[in-house]
Amino acid sequence: MAVMKFIPTALKNLFSKPVTTGYPFEPAVFPERARGHISIEIDSCIGWGMCVKACPLGALTVDKLKGTWEINRFDCVVCGYCVEKCPKKCLSVQTGYQTPGADKQKALYTKSPEVLKAEEEKRKEIVRKAAEAKKAKENGEK
Amino acid sequence: MDENKKAPEFENTIVQIETSELLAKAIELKKQGRRLSQACAAYCEEKLELSYSFADDENFGLLTLRLVLDKETKVTSISEIFPYAAFYENEMKELFGVNIELIEPDYKNKLYRIREEAPFLK
Amino acid sequence: MKKRSIVPYGPQHPVLPEPIHLDLVIEDEKIVEAIPSIGFVHRGLESLVQKRDFNQMVYVAERVCGICSFGHGFGYCEAVEKIMGVEVPGRAKYLRTIWFELSRLHSHLLWLGLLADGFGFENLFYQCWRIREKVLDVLELTTGGRVIFSVNKIGGVLKDVDEDMLAAVKDMLDKIELELKPIVKTFREEKTVRSRLDGVGVLTKQQAHDLGCAGPFARASGIKSDMRKMGYAAYGELDFDIITSDVGDSYARCDVRIGELFQSISIIRQAIEKLPTGDIAVPVKGNPDGEAFIRIEQPRGEAVYYVKGTGTPFINRMRVRTPTFANLAGLCETLKGADYADVGLLILTIDPCISCTER
Repeated sequence: MAVMKFIPTALKNLFSKPVTTGYPFEPAVFPERARGHISIEIDSCIGWGMCVKACPLGALTVDKLKGTWEINRFDCVVCGYCVEKCPKKCLSVQTGYQTPGADKQKALYTKSPEVLKAEEEKRKEIVRKAAEAKKAKENGEK
Repeated sequence: MDENKKAPEFENTIVQIETSELLAKAIELKKQGRRLSQACAAYCEEKLELSYSFADDENFGLLTLRLVLDKETKVTSISEIFPYAAFYENEMKELFGVNIELIEPDYKNKLYRIREEAPFLK
Repeated sequence: MKKRSIVPYGPQHPVLPEPIHLDLVIEDEKIVEAIPSIGFVHRGLESLVQKRDFNQMVYVAERVCGICSFGHGFGYCEAVEKIMGVEVPGRAKYLRTIWFELSRLHSHLLWLGLLADGFGFENLFYQCWRIREKVLDVLELTTGGRVIFSVNKIGGVLKDVDEDMLAAVKDMLDKIELELKPIVKTFREEKTVRSRLDGVGVLTKQQAHDLGCAGPFARASGIKSDMRKMGYAAYGELDFDIITSDVGDSYARCDVRIGELFQSISIIRQAIEKLPTGDIAVPVKGNPDGEAFIRIEQPRGEAVYYVKGTGTPFINRMRVRTPTFANLAGLCETLKGADYADVGLLILTIDPCISCTER
């Protein structure tokens, strides 16, 4: 047993560069897989709500008609289960953390007006077709 | 994976016993040199299921004694035989409201410092 | 009879990383009895299993604890896989082993740091955590998480590891093996360290057996018990010995964990060598119906997982018996007769993980 065993290590540390990154003056580097936050390509979302059912924390809400997707970043733990379950693969896990904000609010994503309009027309088209088919059926029965 | 690469099977059985048999079985298992690996309760279809698992460190065996009882049935503590069973039994008593008698030491609902009584009994 | 007084210790205390409360009955400066109470971070995660389906529950199980998180997810998956009769592909088994050992590495390094902090050697504390950071970087590279990996799922793993990542892991192992040498030397040979650890809180082999201790705490008292020898995941095909010590004091616990650091490094190297190719997951159909007990070796010792399914997506009962819960009895025994000044150190030597214990 001896004393002062640690001196060489301590001295070496005294004269070497710090191992930490000088964030925020130097950028933080994340590996490709780092789970920072969930992001969405909202325009390709079809609003099935698979992610809402999958989320173990209930942090997500989807409104198909309004074309919105909402995430409560304070509840989300970025487990990535919604990404795995998404049928259109429009959800993804991104590196890097969210920027801090002044107040607590949910992040709301809305589809662009063009996509919403196209979807609205598609729905109308379906309704029209259904009505036509119904009419044709009724006529056929008569 | 081929057959000989599979992990070997070790004893891992569940034996259902009567409430009155517990002490005798525990003494028997203690004499075999086993240790209490865990004890837990479960609440299923209005019945409490108590599992006492005894581990054999020599050959990785695990024998679980299973007691199925009503909420009111009294169980005698095995903390006389396995002193550290007191922690598991206090836990069962506090989280599931199992009626366990003669635990030594009995923490009297103070092992878990939680507000609700028997929160898992739903 | 001497005058006795009761000193409350915790839940907030500088030496305790997590909240545990002890009522210490002391006589002069000697502890006569210690009465533990827990539940300050009780979240009822075991009860949550009835409200989340069994696939979601993997992510909840992982979050039982921040340090042994991989083990909890793994143990839960093993239990459900056993009920459903799912055979996990070989590559997934090896990947799980590699990640499990990496998490053991970072957990033991964290503990060594905390121990150094506990006896007041701040510089050594930072040295340990600096090395731990390298392990965390590799974990972030391969899984995406630093301590909570979210790579397990029922039937396999979610992410595959490519050659570059394996090279990074090997590179990291070589580096930390070199860097560990002066640190380990300090722990093993420095007189100031040894004087705080030698002969403090001795637990004999008989006592450890009688009190049902688990993990490195029991192995330091000479009990040869290591659940990895059961051969779950890929451990059956890898070569390692159980590290034990016969002394049973605080230094022995430190020594056993240092030995396990190098053992983990060797296991990871072997697993990378033998890593088979193939699928990383198998599809799982149906719901778990039945019950299973699974025992695995967490960084802190033997953990027991009990899952009882009823044929619906919602599991009736999940039980996690964590190593710290098993070691509480041993802790109270080692505290008896100890000096008041050693209490913090003795609590640290069981490597307490209170959040796991309370779930």
